[in-house]
Amino acid sequence: MEAFREHRGSVASLPYVNVDTDQIIPKQFLKRVERTGFGQFLFYNWRFLDGDSKNPDFPLNQPHMEGASILISDHNFGCGSSREHAAWALQDYGFKVIIAPSFGDIFYNNSFKNGLLPLRMPEDIVHSWLEKGKESTFQLRVNLEEQTIEDEEGAHHSFDIDPYWKNMLIYGLDEIGITLQYEDYLKEYEAAK
Amino acid sequence: MGKTIIEKIWDRHKVYQEEAKPDLLYIDLHLVHEVTSPQAFEGLRLAGRDVRRPDLTYATMDHNIPTKDRWSITDQIAKKQIDVLVDNCNEFGVELAGLDSPNNGIVHIIGPELGLTQPGKTIVCGDSHTSTHGAFGALAFGIGTSEVEHVLATQSLWQNRPKTMEVKIDGRLSSGVSAKDIILALIAKYGVNFGTGHVVEYRGEAIRGLTMEERMTICNMSIEGGARAGLISPDQVTFDYLEGRPNVPQGEAYQAQVEEWKQLATDEDAAFDSTLTLDASEVKPMVTWGTNPGQGVAIDGTVPAPEEGKTETEQRAIRQSLDYMGLTPGTKMEDIQIQHVFLGSCTNARLSDLREAARYLIGKKVAKGVRAMVVPGSMKVKRQAEEEGLSKVFIDAGFDWRDAGCSMCLGMNPDQVPEGERCASTSNRNFEGRQGKGARTHLMSPVMAAAAAVHGRFVDVRELDVTTQA
Ligand code: SF4
Repeated sequence: MEAFREHRGSVASLPYVNVDTDQIIPKQFLKRVERTGFGQFLFYNWRFLDGDSKNPDFPLNQPHMEGASILISDHNFGCGSSREHAAWALQDYGFKVIIAPSFGDIFYNNSFKNGLLPLRMPEDIVHSWLEKGKESTFQLRVNLEEQTIEDEEGAHHSFDIDPYWKNMLIYGLDEIGITLQYEDYLKEYEAAK
Repeated sequence: MGKTIIEKIWDRHKVYQEEAKPDLLYIDLHLVHEVTSPQAFEGLRLAGRDVRRPDLTYATMDHNIPTKDRWSITDQIAKKQIDVLVDNCNEFGVELAGLDSPNNGIVHIIGPELGLTQPGKTIVCGDSHTSTHGAFGALAFGIGTSEVEHVLATQSLWQNRPKTMEVKIDGRLSSGVSAKDIILALIAKYGVNFGTGHVVEYRGEAIRGLTMEERMTICNMSIEGGARAGLISPDQVTFDYLEGRPNVPQGEAYQAQVEEWKQLATDEDAAFDSTLTLDASEVKPMVTWGTNPGQGVAIDGTVPAPEEGKTETEQRAIRQSLDYMGLTPGTKMEDIQIQHVFLGSCTNARLSDLREAARYLIGKKVAKGVRAMVVPGSMKVKRQAEEEGLSKVFIDAGFDWRDAGCSMCLGMNPDQVPEGERCASTSNRNFEGRQGKGARTHLMSPVMAAAAAVHGRFVDVRELDVTTQA
């Protein structure tokens, strides 16, 4: 996993609640056996109309959201299916950070495992950013070490993150490699069963 | 103070614990299917790692297999995914219920059938409906592909201790109302994220009165309420179901095992972090009108208006759902016509589900213009249904009788609902595009779906007095 310390980027605003992973990456794209190449299918049924032409009404198709690397959305983002393809698709599309007031549990975990940073922020802040991002984009600077997001006005908003995940991301650690160092404990547990 | 079953299972599975760190939790059973595992096996191969406990790992193929002519998979990418699973299971020594196996079926149906699912176990699968197995008093939850790889390599997971929630369901169900209605009513009442960050235990008189198959229907949809897992303390109903199944101890050893399982139930003086309640006697047959499982009403209700949403975001969400579903506020649910009926999925494709539907269908015909299909949850369910003559009832009524698989629950195989058409479905998700691009899904119980097939629209099964029709 790539290390993540700090990221500065522009914002895409997706003001929907309960964005489920079926929407993030529809099922017709789950048949691939690789981890890569899912970005082109991100939000496929929303981004494209029939015949694969872009849906002009979908937020992410607005010109000002092009090149965004921070996605902001509303409550319960990533609910539903456990498909990790959702995290792969968001990342492959170019997102590094997802901000929402709340997330589906499995998606939240899946994101960390791939170095995609999911941040829970208070609803009022998220809503004000969603509103602001509708017409034009803006920049945010996410500092994982300090656990803050700095907006364009220079205000710092702090966020909570599990220290375990913070450490994993900052050092880009291989979780399985780490767990294998606990082999003695695993053996002991199995022997006692 | 006493402990909940959740805490008891957790504490028995801690391999390692340290301040300010998640616990390393041992996994007793890892179920694997073709869609969420290829990248995990590939990861092992790249790192030169083995499957640590193939004996605790069991694989099936269910998501993208055809339910008709199951051997002729025309979709080459789907076929590759299936071939890759076969190769991976061979290479890593994992037992697989392949297409030719009598045990093949939907992962959450075959685990209990084979007695692999047992009280007190920790069970994971790269699938969010793994919560189904919680019906046995197991701690069962869905994981992503990276976690699948982690469990394959280490038979464990780093997990933060979840919060516990009690969902207390008292009262008696009225006739014509089923377990599916309970869970749909619960999610309609409390929303699609009431359980986020929690493991839910379903308790109360109504739950105690349910069969194992009904309990599975409830636990199955825990994730639709956002819960990490949902479970039910085991009791005699659980033990009776498991007795004599493969993979559980037999004879005296079984009795000893049962004594141990009895210790798992939540203690009387245990405390939960939060509690929700539902009165089962007030639950009516439910139908969803929108694009998430919380957007449902009783069959005697109407399609809501966006103004009924409490916040602006909610109102927008309702508007978006109505738009997608092609519904007008105020329409009576009973006036909504359908073109498809899907009786299947890990929520409602067990033998009792098929029996319920078949009992209603005896001597009846599917309405003109309705395409109806039954997809049994496993090949075993299929065989049993055929032996009992249920298949004949379905076929005589005009249903398609298929092989086991996930099928139209998610439409990864050729079973899809065409754009703009409506499906009465016994599955668990009515998300946009779930059953096909532009497909409109309405979730309900098996008997409600069977009645919809006959009438070509939603009907209130309580008025049909389904219980007395033999
Ligand atoms: S039947 Fe549907 S919900 Fe169940 S495992 Fe298959 S795809 Fe998932």
